[in-house]
Amino acid sequence: MLKIENLTATVADKTILNGLSLSIGAGEVHAIMGPNGAGKSTLAYVLGGRPGYEVTGGTVTFMGKDLLELETHERAALGLFLGFQYPVEIPGVSNVQFLRESLNSQRGARGEEQLSGGDFLKLAREKAALLKMDMEMLKRQVNVGFSGGEKKRAEMVQMGILDPMFAVLDETDSGLDIDALRTVGDGINTIMRKPDKAVLLITHYQRLLDYVKPDFVHVLADGRIVKTGGAELAHQLESEGYEAIAA
Amino acid sequence: MMADLATLPTTRDEDWRYSDSAYLAAADPQAINHWRTLDVPAGETREETFVFTDDISATERLRVQVGAGGNFTCFAMIAGGKFRRLELEVTLEDGAHFEFGGVTVGGGEMVQEFVTRVIHAEPNGTSNQVVRAVQWGKSTGNFLGRIEVVRDAQKTDAGQNFRALLLEKGATANTKPELEIFADDVKCAHGAAIGALDDSAAYYMAARGLPPEVSKRLLVQAFIGDAFAAMDDDDARETMVGRVLEKLGDAV
Repeated sequence: MLKIENLTATVADKTILNGLSLSIGAGEVHAIMGPNGAGKSTLAYVLGGRPGYEVTGGTVTFMGKDLLELETHERAALGLFLGFQYPVEIPGVSNVQFLRESLNSQRGARGEEQLSGGDFLKLAREKAALLKMDMEMLKRQVNVGFSGGEKKRAEMVQMGILDPMFAVLDETDSGLDIDALRTVGDGINTIMRKPDKAVLLITHYQRLLDYVKPDFVHVLADGRIVKTGGAELAHQLESEGYEAIAA
Repeated sequence: MMADLATLPTTRDEDWRYSDSAYLAAADPQAINHWRTLDVPAGETREETFVFTDDISATERLRVQVGAGGNFTCFAMIAGGKFRRLELEVTLEDGAHFEFGGVTVGGGEMVQEFVTRVIHAEPNGTSNQVVRAVQWGKSTGNFLGRIEVVRDAQKTDAGQNFRALLLEKGATANTKPELEIFADDVKCAHGAAIGALDDSAAYYMAARGLPPEVSKRLLVQAFIGDAFAAMDDDDARETMVGRVLEKLGDAV
């Protein structure tokens, strides 16, 4: 589904990704762990086409297409979802309006029918319930006045509504208490644990991986993957630290 | 203010300093100095709506006297014209209210401006003005707002807020709040901000699948919302917002 080969990227002329290769197949959940500054968020933003993150070499193929050739919104329409570490507040725009426009833009780009207002609300209500989020919150402005945990749950409601093929979740577990972590973990499993979908979890901690069990765990250090293993690697990292493993 | 009818204003005049000097030089003195007048009887409400979308250059001046306890509400959008100016002079008697919501939206080399003078002539009057400017190209959006509170106009509550969104480098916004307050028990608030589109919001929206023209439209819609927030009629408000967004189509 996603194939990254020898990817290099710079931010403000500084090389952050340095020959990263990674292949993710349908039905798989991968986790990337690594110390601060290893390039985890840069990888997420490069995949998401964020301005300022410049690819200087390598290739990324997603759903059979050259991902790097596509605009950010085209990547979304192709089925890529980026869960933000710091979801952005958009004053004056309601979640309902934002998500309905987003979904219909994606559907339009794929040549699918637009969803009516009523059908959209039904879908939104269902996904909000899945993440135990009050529908009233979705009528409010995007992320404005939301707590850190609410923003992360709102991200997962967005993911549920947009129903992507592949999700890159950048520290979706940060800022969550124990109960919210379980809710978010259950949400990820329900929405994304399907034979035709895949997930890349970016995290510092092993605790999210207790709820969303990864098939592969990768250690990222100095802009490339230095070790790959199964779910047990996350436990090993937790107990021994990155330095011991990555060395 | 009762200038010589034969004299043309120039950009050396404080109230015309950001106007289009070429237009002023060639203007018809009769037309440019003409004031329409409106009396709002005590306790009554009058509403005026201005929608300028055509491409003529013109100025319009309205002088309003609002009787005790009366209410004058005005909503305006300037979305056309090489030079378009709306000037309001509103005098408020005891307990009267003036509500103004204005939006300028334009590109090219348009100069679009609102000039208001609110005179709190008696006690207990309230006024609220919200102006938003959305400019691109080499266009200019101006808001000159003057609030005068006479010595006897105690318990006046006057507010004025201006924000400009410049979609491209080269666009300009000017604002000049002027407060002349001779009473001591009054509330006068004014705020002004000029900025660009929020890049991180635009990226966030792109990441959810919104093409740039759609995210821009949503962000502008949110930005101008406050100017028409006081419109009671939902349909009328949606129509006004819709016409601004229609104009925005030229920008992308």
